[in-house]
Formats: sequence, structure tokens, C-alpha cells
Amino acid sequence: MRATGQALLSHWRRHPGQLLLLVLGLAMATALWSAVQAINGEARRSYDQAAQQLGAAQIDILVPRAGDGIALSRYVALRRAGWQLAPVLEGRWRLPDRSVTLQGIDLLSHPPIPALAQLANSDEMDPLALLQPPGRLIAAPGLARYLRTLPDLPPVLEAPDLPPDRVITDIALAEELLNRSGALSRLLVLREQSPGLPPLSTLAPELIRQAPSEKTSAQRLTDSFHLNLTAFGLLSFAVGLFIVHGMIGLAFEQRRGLFRTLRAMGVSLRGLIALLLVELILLALLAGGLGLILGFFLAGALLPDVAATLRGLYGAPVEGGLTLRPLWILSGLGMALAGTFMAGGQALWRVARLPLLSAPGVQSWSARARSGHRWQALGGAGLAVVGVLSVLLFDGLLAGFALLAGIMLGTALALPVVLSLLLTLLQRSARGPLAEWVWSDMRAQLPGLSLALMALLLAIAANIGVGTMVSSFRLTFLGWMDQRLSAELYVTARNDAEGAALQEWFRQEGIRALPIRSLDTRYNGTPLRVYGVIDDATYRGNWPILEATTDSWDRIAEGRAILINEQLARRFDLWTGDILTLQADWELPIVGVYSDYGNPNGQAIVSLPDLLERAPDIPHRQFGLRLPPQDVAALQSRLQDSFGLPASAMIDQVSLKRESLAIFDKTFVVTGALNILTLGVAGFAILTSLLTLWTQRQPQLAPVWALGVTRAQLARLEILRSVLLAVLTWAIALPLGLALAWVLLSVINVEAFGWKLPLFLFPLDWLRLAVLAILAAALAALIPARRLRRLPPADLLKVFAHER
Amino acid sequence: MLLSIRNVTKAYPGQPPERAVLRDVSMELGAGETLALTGESGSGKSTLLHLAGALDHFDRGEILLDDQPYSDLGDAGRARLRRGQIAVVFQQFNLVASLTVAQNISFHARLSAQHDTNWTEALTDRLGLRDLLDRYPEQLSGGQQQRVAIARALAPRPRLLLADEPTGNLDEAASEAVMSLMLDLVADSGTALFLVTHSEQIAGRLHRRLHLRGGTLQ
Repeated sequence: MRATGQALLSHWRRHPGQLLLLVLGLAMATALWSAVQAINGEARRSYDQAAQQLGAAQIDILVPRAGDGIALSRYVALRRAGWQLAPVLEGRWRLPDRSVTLQGIDLLSHPPIPALAQLANSDEMDPLALLQPPGRLIAAPGLARYLRTLPDLPPVLEAPDLPPDRVITDIALAEELLNRSGALSRLLVLREQSPGLPPLSTLAPELIRQAPSEKTSAQRLTDSFHLNLTAFGLLSFAVGLFIVHGMIGLAFEQRRGLFRTLRAMGVSLRGLIALLLVELILLALLAGGLGLILGFFLAGALLPDVAATLRGLYGAPVEGGLTLRPLWILSGLGMALAGTFMAGGQALWRVARLPLLSAPGVQSWSARARSGHRWQALGGAGLAVVGVLSVLLFDGLLAGFALLAGIMLGTALALPVVLSLLLTLLQRSARGPLAEWVWSDMRAQLPGLSLALMALLLAIAANIGVGTMVSSFRLTFLGWMDQRLSAELYVTARNDAEGAALQEWFRQEGIRALPIRSLDTRYNGTPLRVYGVIDDATYRGNWPILEATTDSWDRIAEGRAILINEQLARRFDLWTGDILTLQADWELPIVGVYSDYGNPNGQAIVSLPDLLERAPDIPHRQFGLRLPPQDVAALQSRLQDSFGLPASAMIDQVSLKRESLAIFDKTFVVTGALNILTLGVAGFAILTSLLTLWTQRQPQLAPVWALGVTRAQLARLEILRSVLLAVLTWAIALPLGLALAWVLLSVINVEAFGWKLPLFLFPLDWLRLAVLAILAAALAALIPARRLRRLPPADLLKVFAHER
Repeated sequence: MLLSIRNVTKAYPGQPPERAVLRDVSMELGAGETLALTGESGSGKSTLLHLAGALDHFDRGEILLDDQPYSDLGDAGRARLRRGQIAVVFQQFNLVASLTVAQNISFHARLSAQHDTNWTEALTDRLGLRDLLDRYPEQLSGGQQQRVAIARALAPRPRLLLADEPTGNLDEAASEAVMSLMLDLVADSGTALFLVTHSEQIAGRLHRRLHLRGGTLQ
């Protein structure tokens, strides 16, 4: 057994480059996959931790079916009926520089909050001080430090385990700070309840009881983002596996003669397979370990951007640090092993079926691969059909991703046949013997290169698809910002009294001010923000309407109608003409739907007087001011002089757009990085294929050289051949990428975020990708071409002497 | 004289000069002449043929084709010579696997811009390849492949045809048939033939024969 093992391993000693490429390919695949998993895992742990620290992760809650809160009287009634409940008042608390979540709780009835446990044991925490005026605010250290800089706030205590954007306080103080008295956001249904209580559905039909979902709200909101990352990680892993498959296939094929000899010398098939299995496991562990190290550093580099995206887009709390965890290591190694067996399974199966007397040969590998391409293409067509059917028959994000996977993998599998057909056509139209030979030789090389080209196809298509999606989104977002952010200056008062004073001042000064006032409420148990607007040409002329009746703004101004955002429309299938019930006695016909990007929740617009009639106490602090752009700076100074408003309370349109765009761009930094990495892996796949094919190239090139084509010419043709294959692959990847973009914009985005985006075309980006693909292919071919250019004639002559 | 080989010595890397594969070898071949080179395995026959075909480099001496010294030629000049003046038939046939029989036959002639359709068709017919034109080399028997290799070599009407054991892979009957055809065609096209063979019988059918032993001509 030892001697057999040594004989098998001698292959790697003779081909160290092949071993290196195999290990690197698998390591890169594992690295990209593990990095994505580490990022996702870290984010999910943050959500879990945040939910657990708040102590309400596993408790049922009661929320209003519709409306902006639960009346205090309803809470009292339920308590009197015997229900053990803990009230919570929660809302966005607008501070001068930022807004945070303020959570008011009844400290006496609320279940223990782990994040506060440490605080409870310290001297700082005096329960009476929390309950008695001025009360206490509790926040994570960073936020606590900021809160202490603000005037007129009660003392702030630090709780290191609280999420970074959340402040906890007594419910009475929260009412005051949020300016919401007499209403509660939700009621926690405590575990210990007396038996025989009257059902909640009878006592409070306007409330919905929500079971503790396994997922936190942050997890639900960010699911699509993580699914997106996972899909990218899987794509990168698949691209890497193409390299591994090719390498293992070649290594097994080159050793067919050795396997035959070993079998003839009495080594049992079972023993041979066992040794090869051990070899694969060792390779997988080695490459997997290397991949984990690379993945850890890659995740560490990408995580801060991902954390910023999750905070910016979803308000989900994610720390920027990465911790090495045993489960992650095990799953990474497991993935490397699974990938190796997926890539090497076919080769092992072939060895198991190897007839003792069959002739070995590298050529037979190509011949078999060619014959399999037709079946492969049929399988690809089948996958694409399954993908299309899945989206026709099922709803949801997974069906969308099934469609993506179907068309991507389907086209990749069909690539060799499509390329072969294209090359046949090109060969027929070729003029001159060398051109004829180049096309025919490219076709002959396809079996050896097809895996790398499939990897390149997937990488280019993903780049075009995701790039088109991001650029289309960006273009739409820019247009949307122009429409939506039409005021020249946005001003935020420090409190409602100052807001009222500002409004009066604007009136006296003749400045056109648009109050920005909203009510946070719920529709069918989901968050809904209702804005009240005054009748102004700004809205009529600029609002990003997707569909609306011609008299929509007139009817809104009269308080007889409502506009809703696309998310709300799609989530509840509510469109123009339908009726939206905001409260039991407040029903309005929908007169239009508008686009609203960067916000996962529902939103609506009604007339401001109507809104104030229903909710007179909503915050009155923000204004959009219309004035000539050149007067903005002067007005800012006057506001500073008259009201002492800090600079951060006034933001001009240009700055606001710039900041919004910066957040938008940051969101897609990770996608861009993964895009480039996937393309890099595909380029590497081409290099490995060309290098492994090198041993087979000499018998094909030597006769042409002998007929009078110089080595320099042949070397140039080698590069040209690689470049032409990359260009053809790019040409096939282009429509695939656009199909991918369409699916992302029209299916995945709708499912994930609730908005549909128009598809724009960016031909310059395609050309840039073509140049990148050409460069990758040319660079990959450079090493074998250089080797060919310097190959001594004696080596080429060995082909004729049959000394190889 | 068409081909002149003058005091050529060739050693492979690591070989001491006294054990060089070829030592001070000189010979000449006239236009249209046929010459057989015999010798034991490892005597340097193929090496001499490769040097004559401008396929490899020698260490000392000179080789001239139509008085053009090889040592003056760079890689491109040697390639031009092989493309335009010389053709080679190898024992392993060495057809271009990705081209059809028809494309293989005309490949060399078209490379050297000496493609003559009538002559190529005549070669195709005389070598019995008419029905095989659309096939690929891997679909042919050894004898068929060798006939394609001969057709390819003669299609550009080279001044010099080098053949390295062209029938070494064929049985006796096939070998005889292929040799007869090659000799007839060489005579018709006025090409000089420099043939390496183990077979005394084949060597006897050529104008002249030389024997190589231990790197020197006998």
C-alpha cells in the first residue's frame, strides 16, 4: 500500500505546478465562499445578539392591525381582564445630528433585559432614579457619549451590550421625548398567564398577536441582502470548482497508465480507490485550510463596508469586527471537501470502471468530453426550463433565484456546443490555411478549455447583469432624488416649539416652506409612515409618480385621497382605485403609486390638514424650503443668527444628494468587489486550463511548425486563440448578462425590496468588460505562449521521433 | 547540387564531443535524386534528416540548400525554407488533427502559396484519397493517414522531400504500396528524396544509399 501510495504521489512531484494550481483553485473557491459566509454569519449574530440583549426575542407581542398605536385605555382594559402584559413605546427619536430608536418600557413589568443586567449590578443603577424625574437614558457607550453633549436631557447611563442606535428609558420619559402620549407601540404578552382568560381576539379585535418569529425583524429585512451575497459566494465557489474539476480530471487522466499498471501488478480496485480518496481528502484539507485563511482576511476587509450598508439601508446593527469561530472553520473545510468530491467524483467513477486493458491517453479525455457536450447542452436547456417554470409556478425570492440559477447554469452548460457551432461557421468563412487551422484548432481545444470558458461566461454574465442592475438602479435613483429632493434647503428644528417658531418666521419672511410631518402607524401589522403634505406645485411637478389619476393632487389637497409607495402597493396588492384603511374610521381611495427607493417599509401621502386632524401631536420639526439656489447660503446664516440653529440642522439640496448618493454607492461596494474577484477567478481558470493543456499542445503544434510556421507566429496565434475564445464567450455572456439584469430588476428586486426598476443599457461598461476579458485571456495565454516561443526545436522534434 | 551537408557535427546537451550523435558528416543530394539513409537505431539517422530539413540546429559544419547556407538563417528564414522548398513525411504521420483530409492535403501548399488545384486533385486520385476527403485523421487507418501525409508533402511540389521511416508503422503490403506510390510521385514531380529507413529492400529501390554508424557515414 505504501509503495502504491508513493507511486500515486510521484505524479505530483513530477507536476508541482499542477498541484499548486489545483490547491490554489480550491483555496480561492473556498476563500470566496467562506468570506461571504463569515460576513453573513457575523451580521446574523449581531441581529440575534441585539434581539437577545433586549430580552424580548421569544415573547409574543400584540400590535395594532392598523393605526399609529395601541390606546392606553385598551392596555388598561386588557390588564383588568387578567392578561399579564408589558407595554412598550418605541419610535424614531430625531436628534440634531442623527435619529435613533427610543424604546420606552415599563421597568416594573418588562421581562429582564440582558443588556441591562450588568448595569443593574453596578452602583450607577438606582431603580428609583430611573422612574423618578428627570429619569435616566440608557445607551451603548458611543451613543451615550453623544447624548451627554446634548442640552436638556436627563443623565445617561452606559450599557455596552445595547445595539449602537437604541436608547432605553422609562415609558413615561419616552412619551415626553417622542411627544406621543397615551399611545403604545406594542404589548409584550408575558409567559405566565392565568388560565381561562377571555380570548384576546374578543377583547381587542383591533390588535394582532404575533408569535416570536425565529428571525428578528433585522434578519427579515436583510434576508434578501444576505441571500444576494450567498448567491454571489456560491457563484464564485462554482467558478473555482471549474478549475478544480479540470485539474483533477487531468491528473487522473494522466495517471490512467499508472492505474492500469498498478491494477495489473495486483493492486485491488478497492485499494486504489481508497488511496485516491485519501489523496483527495488531503488535498481538500490543505486547500480548504489555505482558503479559510484567505477567506478570513477577505471577510475582514469587506465587513466594514457590509456593516455600513446594513446600517445605512436597513438600520440593522452590525459590528465591523470579525471573530474566528469553530463552526465557520468546520463549514469551510466541509465545503472544500464537498467541492473536491463534486469536482473529483466523475474522475473517481471513471477509475472504478477502468478496464484493465484499455489504452491510456490524454486524447481520449478530449474525445469523451466532446461526446458528452451534447448531453450537457440538453441538461442545460432542461435547467433553464426548470428555472423559468419555477418563477411561473411559485412566488418568492427563492423562485427568483431558481430562475437565475437555471438560466445561468443552463447557458454555461450549453456553452461548449454553442461555441463549437460558432467556430464551425467561422472556419467555413475563413480565408487562408492558417486562419482555417486556427478556427479548427480552437474547436479541437474546446473540450480542454470548456470548463474555464464556462467559468468566464458566468463571471462576465454576472458582471454585466449585476453591473447593469446597479447602474440602472443608480440612474433611476438619481432621477428619483431630483424629483423627490426638490427643496433647496432642509431645516430641522430642535423641538416642536422651535418648529412652530420657524414656520411663523418663514411666513413673515415670505419663504416658501413645505412642512415635513409624518405619523408612524401600521397597516396589517406592518410599519407604515404617513406623510401629510400641503398643496404645492413642488409635489405636483416633481413627485416620482408611477401611476396616478389625473386629479390625484387635487383630491389629496381636498383630503379625499391617498398616494402610496410602490412597496406598500406590491406587498398588499393595492393599486389606484383601491381603498386603504388607515384607521377604523379613516379610509381613503388610492389615487396613485409613487417610487420610493432605499426604504423597505410602506409609506403614504395624505393632506396635511387631514393628517393633523387625526394626529395633532405629530412632530413639527422639519421643513423643505423653496428658494433660489444662490440664496441658500445667506438664508443659512440668517437662520443661524436668528435661531442659533447648528449647521448640522440645515442641509442644502446638493449636500443631501451627495450624501445620499455616497450611501447608495457604499451599498454596492461589496457587490463590486465580489464581481471583480469572480472575474479574477475565471481568468485564473483560463490560465490553469491553458497550462494543463500545454502537454497536449505540442503534438498539435509541431506539425504546423514543421510545415514552416515559426514558433513566434505560433506563440502569437496561441494568444490570439485565447483572446478570440474570450471574445466569443463575452458575446454569448452579453445577452445572458442582460437577461440576468432583467431578472434582478424585475423579479428579484420586486420580491426582495418591493420595487421594480427600469432596465437601462450601458454599452461602455460592456466594452470595458470585453477589454478586461481580453486582457485576462491574453495574460493567461502569455505564459504558455512565452514557453512556446522559447521551446527548443529539439523538444518539438520529439513529437515526430515518438520519444514522448 | 541541391543539398550539401559539409562536416556537420551535432551533439545533444550533455553529450561529450567524441560521442556526438553526428560527427563530421558530409553528403550531397542532386535535384530529382533519391537517396536512402540506413543505420541502426540511435545511429543519428533522424537527427541528420532533421538537420537537412532545417528543423534543428547543428554545432559545427554547414548545410546548404541551393547554395543557401543554413547557418545564415534565423528562425523565420528556416521556417520560410521549410514552407517553400522542403517537405517532410514522418513515421507518426503527424497530420493536423483538427483539419479534414482535404484541408490537410492542401495545407502546406496553401501556406507556401504554391497551391495547384489540378496537381492536388491528381495526387488525391493517385493516392486513393478521393472518398476520404471529408474525414478527420482520427477516422483513418494508419495506411490511409500515411497516404494523406505523402499527398500533403508533395502538394506544394517541394524541391526536397524528407521522409523519416514513412512506412515504419505499416504492414508489409501497405508499406510496399505506399513506397511505390511515393517513388512514382517523386519522379513525376522532379522532387529529390532523402529517405531514412531500416529496410534494405526499400533502400534498394532508391538511386543511392548511405549507411550511418555511430554518428559517421560509412
